[in-house]
Amino acid sequence: MFFLRSHYRHPEFRQGAIDALGVAPGLAAWGLMTGVAMMKSGMSTFEALLMTLTVYAGSSQLAAVPLLTAGAPMWVILATACCVNLRFVVFSAHMRPYVMHLPRWQRLVTGYLTADLSYVQFTKRFPHVGSDAAHRRAQQAYLAGNCGVNWVAWMGCSVLGVVLANFIPTHWGLGFAGILALLGILCSLASSQLRLVSAGVAGAAAVAAFALPFKLNILVAIAAAVALCLILEETRRPQQEQA
Amino acid sequence: MSGSTDLWTLLIIVGLAAVTVLTRSFFFISSKPWKLPHWAQRGLQYAPIAALAAVIVPEMVMTQGQFISTWQDARLFAVAAGAAWFFWRKGAGQAVLGTIVAGMAVYLPLHLGLGW
Repeated sequence: MFFLRSHYRHPEFRQGAIDALGVAPGLAAWGLMTGVAMMKSGMSTFEALLMTLTVYAGSSQLAAVPLLTAGAPMWVILATACCVNLRFVVFSAHMRPYVMHLPRWQRLVTGYLTADLSYVQFTKRFPHVGSDAAHRRAQQAYLAGNCGVNWVAWMGCSVLGVVLANFIPTHWGLGFAGILALLGILCSLASSQLRLVSAGVAGAAAVAAFALPFKLNILVAIAAAVALCLILEETRRPQQEQA
Repeated sequence: MSGSTDLWTLLIIVGLAAVTVLTRSFFFISSKPWKLPHWAQRGLQYAPIAALAAVIVPEMVMTQGQFISTWQDARLFAVAAGAAWFFWRKGAGQAVLGTIVAGMAVYLPLHLGLGW
């Protein structure tokens, strides 16, 4: 976490921050438009600020806001947010071995602060769990630097969006910069043929299953892509062993 | 400050924050020793890119839940420009930043200028 001295003094903290700075403009534009969207939906300034500062999850905020202003029951709103956030449950299964040496409260804070981009950049830089205490500290320092920059970029611009909502028309489409940031990260992950297959299958499945409620198309797409890649990996293996 | 604030909405917002904490640290909560099955561990190397594609592809090729029926859409050209930049730079340095800038440099004129 970025507020721990032992983390921000570590050289990996800087590296994590630099990697995050590369995607920060996209995140900032996306945060800005999330702030604007909350205000345009009719939430009060206080509600929008509280949501920005506590929820810290753009996709679940954007899914919850229309339900909130339409007066949907609480359980529907929370269930929707859970479904939109299900991908984070998958991420937490992946991240578990990296954080289990920490006390529980630090694990929870780390999880809370690790959004999509930090998860992706972290697992890209560290494909394997640190084998000793020094490695593990370096990994946590990187994550802290990365999450810290993302937090500042997102929060700063989201609050700005709430304050300036009346001056920034949504039809400018500035939020598309967030999609481009995710596109850049996706390109940097496309390091093998099977990963390209995974991206293609997931993208097509997410479009095909778009009509599902609660954004469940995202989870269906992940499941379909991962399952297909595992099967392909299995069928390719004998050929590779012969070669 | 604008709008009226009601307590029920605040409660829901606190609930949403709890959902963020719970989902993001779901598998961090228990301290019991436990390992993912081997197949799931292998599967996880395909999960991040799948999650990203699942989030962004609908945002690129759909409008209001419908597949777009025209090629005159600024998003398609922006995505092409952004990806082209990334692979031209071979992903080195701040290639992601370049992807965002190149993409928006194509997107904004087409979107605001031509209304695509």
